[in-house]
Amino acid sequence: MNVLAEAGGNNPLIPHPAEMAIGGFAFLFVLFFVGRMLVPRIQKTLADRAEAIEGGLKKAADAQKEAQQALDEYREQLVEARHEAARLREEAREQGAQIKAELREEAQAEARRLIEAAHAQIEADRQQAFAQLRAEIGRLSTDLAGRIVGESLEDEARQRRVVDRFLEELESDARQAVR
Amino acid sequence: MSAAPLAAEEFQAPGLNLFEWPALVSGAEWFNKPALLAFLAALLVIVLCFAAFSRPKLVPRGMQAFGEYAYEFVREQCARPFLGKDSDRWMPLLFSMFLFVLVMNLFGSVIFIQFPVMSLIGYPAILALGVWVMVLFLGMKHQGPWGFFKNIMFPPGLPGWMYVLVAPIEFASTVILRHVTHAVRLFATMMAGHLIIALFSEVGWHFLFVELSPLGAPLGVLGVLMTIALTAFELFIQALQAYVFAMLTAMFINDALHPAH
Repeated sequence: MNVLAEAGGNNPLIPHPAEMAIGGFAFLFVLFFVGRMLVPRIQKTLADRAEAIEGGLKKAADAQKEAQQALDEYREQLVEARHEAARLREEAREQGAQIKAELREEAQAEARRLIEAAHAQIEADRQQAFAQLRAEIGRLSTDLAGRIVGESLEDEARQRRVVDRFLEELESDARQAVR
Repeated sequence: MSAAPLAAEEFQAPGLNLFEWPALVSGAEWFNKPALLAFLAALLVIVLCFAAFSRPKLVPRGMQAFGEYAYEFVREQCARPFLGKDSDRWMPLLFSMFLFVLVMNLFGSVIFIQFPVMSLIGYPAILALGVWVMVLFLGMKHQGPWGFFKNIMFPPGLPGWMYVLVAPIEFASTVILRHVTHAVRLFATMMAGHLIIALFSEVGWHFLFVELSPLGAPLGVLGVLMTIALTAFELFIQALQAYVFAMLTAMFINDALHPAH
């Protein structure tokens, strides 16, 4: 009852114009200082922060991508290097084989040459020996003949003539014997 | 406060006289305690925001961190659900409104001040009126003067005869009533909360100090305990209503920018 009686003259649901004016002004102050001046500042700061964080993330992603790229590159290079090494090994083997073959050929040629030289030497030695032998045999024969026939064949020219004759006879005998 | 402590015989529940304030200065009838509190609230909000945001750093500290927490709360909880990508454009209004209403409400739980200014209908009414005018303007600007009302009154997908019923109801509800309740909801919750706390503290005061009696004392203790419990509850309601007020504003703005589905 009391409440209603008091409410009679002053309905709490009817806004008082002075209250509205004061509230309106007070809020306009807030709107101007906070809404107009300060909120844009914090919005800018928040946007800057988001950008900084996104920038950091992007930088990290870029770095990772770069590292991945470098890794791929290295791997590729490694594969290439392996191929290259295999190729070089193969080449070296071929070259080695070739060198071996060449060396063998050279050695064979050298051996042949040596053998030929040896043959030639032997032939020459034989000729020499034959010549010496011939002279020796001549001398021995004359000595022998001289002793046998008692005739000194001191004279060189005669001696030789006799030896030559003797030898020719020997040779012709030998030839006839061969025939 | 009001009823005769001198007479002191009978308990008298506090009434609507709680919401009538004499002028603080004679000659300026309008300048009473709530008016002073309204300016104080505005000043407090401005000073706090200056402390927080006047020179914002990329890495927030102290007041700025606190202010950003409040800002992000309003943006994520009030603005984003309704306005989405348009949120940032409307945050100056919504953030100012939330803080102003919050401080005005919280004054009800601050000792020595102990009066939620929003429990006087004039204060929420002027805010709701401002939102109403702005929403009508925005609606007519974005949907055209005819399209705005057409979209409200003739939602698509109903049988023709239904519009006889729907159109006036939608018009009254969307264009008028929801803006009235926008103000009344805030006013009524604040007023009721203030009345209830005043009632229980009056019970405590009356039965423990004015008229201590063996029968009355337990009642007085109950009154004090209830006052404490309800003040805690009021703190929650005061914050909640500030949030609801800002959130509804965001919803109205969105309805004006884009026709309801």
